Amino acid sequence: MSGIAEPFSEGQSLAHRLDPRGKIVVAALFATIIAVAQSLAAVLGGLALAGLWLLLARLPARKVLGKLLAVNSFIIFLWLVLPFSYPGEPLFTLGPLTASRQGIWFTALITLKSNAIIIGLIALIATVPVVTLGQALHSLRLPNKLCHLLLFTYRYLYVFEEEYQRLLTAMKIRGFRPRTNLHTYRSYAYLAAMLLVRSSERAERVFQAMLCRGFRGVFYSLRTFSWQRQDGVFLAGSLLALGALVLAEWRLPRLV
Amino acid sequence: MSEPLISVDRITFAYPGAAKPVFQDFSFQLGPHDHLGLIGPNGSGKTTLLHLIMGLLRPQAGRIIIFGREVRTEPDFVPVRQQVGLLFQNADDQLFCPTVLEDVAFGPLNLGKTPAEAREIALTTLEQLGLAGFADRVTYKLSGGEKRLVSLATILAMQPKVLLLDEPTTGLDEATKHRLIHIMQDLPIPFVVVSHEPNFLHSTVRHCCHLHTDFCEIKPMRLEELLNERDCCSPGDSLKPVMVSTNVVGPAE
Repeated sequence: MSGIAEPFSEGQSLAHRLDPRGKIVVAALFATIIAVAQSLAAVLGGLALAGLWLLLARLPARKVLGKLLAVNSFIIFLWLVLPFSYPGEPLFTLGPLTASRQGIWFTALITLKSNAIIIGLIALIATVPVVTLGQALHSLRLPNKLCHLLLFTYRYLYVFEEEYQRLLTAMKIRGFRPRTNLHTYRSYAYLAAMLLVRSSERAERVFQAMLCRGFRGVFYSLRTFSWQRQDGVFLAGSLLALGALVLAEWRLPRLV
Repeated sequence: MSEPLISVDRITFAYPGAAKPVFQDFSFQLGPHDHLGLIGPNGSGKTTLLHLIMGLLRPQAGRIIIFGREVRTEPDFVPVRQQVGLLFQNADDQLFCPTVLEDVAFGPLNLGKTPAEAREIALTTLEQLGLAGFADRVTYKLSGGEKRLVSLATILAMQPKVLLLDEPTTGLDEATKHRLIHIMQDLPIPFVVVSHEPNFLHSTVRHCCHLHTDFCEIKPMRLEELLNERDCCSPGDSLKPVMVSTNVVGPAE
């Protein structure tokens, strides 16, 4: 259950109170710019900007660090592979492996970029409850189908998780213990297949229930967003900062 | 006798690939003042009948007439679904919005109400069912009984003219069952309720419809008769004496 909890969505900070539509637009632009940036100046600037947003969100530091640790544990694998496989000027050798200067530089850049984007998303997107996120995307004219997909995935993830746990318990109480043998693989395959069948049947029933309540393909939302002065200030400030990042990327010399 | 609200006229229905049809030349009627229990053994087609009325399934032969109009195609059923409410067996199928308020407002919004009106209707309906204060609760975190009552609220918020309830008491504790009985006794509209529980039916309906493949037999609701009738009610009821005997053994352990 904890995997799909929303630990950052509750709060009264400025970042929480901002209109989610502005935050989504800024976060999307920010992530795109950082993802394609090649210069250290732009990436470091992005990291600083993300840090600033994070301060605005006033999230519990321990939890944020936990999330960053999780993300960086994936990046460790990049450090194990990229410096030795990226062609370039050799820097040092470890047995048969040679690390290149460019490889190390490249990996460092990826590390900085990922952290900047994750921090930005934690500060701007994780502070919006998923439900509100769906509705905000809807009011930003994202196609209906994508919004529904997001909301339904979120709503029924719990139900499928419960279903999965029920099936797993049913297996356990009959003495199933996973081992490395054909019986185990077959049982897990049954479990996965059963989950798929049940999910599909449930989807059918949910759709029927929606039809019975007059659903005709369009969602109407109870929520109305209101654009405040602080949202204008946030959007203008962020756009200026993003502009500066683009300028840095464009004007300053690249290191690679 | 006044014109029936729902009239199922000599329909035949079989599930694809099934050996024999659920209904053959089957007819059923619901009058404007009926409070009807629908009973029959498992697999006798109780849920199927409700789904046929809602247009979720289509009969292979025969006619379905609702509010005096024959319904046959998907567009025919759109107005039917706005005026006939169906409470599903499983509340998790029915509640799909993140919060209770949004779920209850979903139907009214589909009926073309403005967000403000829909919110008002939703809040009023919740209050009428004794669920005031539930509006901002998250649907998947409700208990089983709460989910059932909220599902009922989502249906009643559409102000239906007829209500179909598919085993509304399954999994409910006695207290919630009593709340449901009180709600149903106060309903100003006709309803059909599928149930395997004689006591529950006894407190909510005056007549019971015993389902067979080719006809349904409407009898006045008599508790003793139902309790004795094996084929109509759940094995659970005929098992009752057994459960009593385990209780007798219980304290000795």
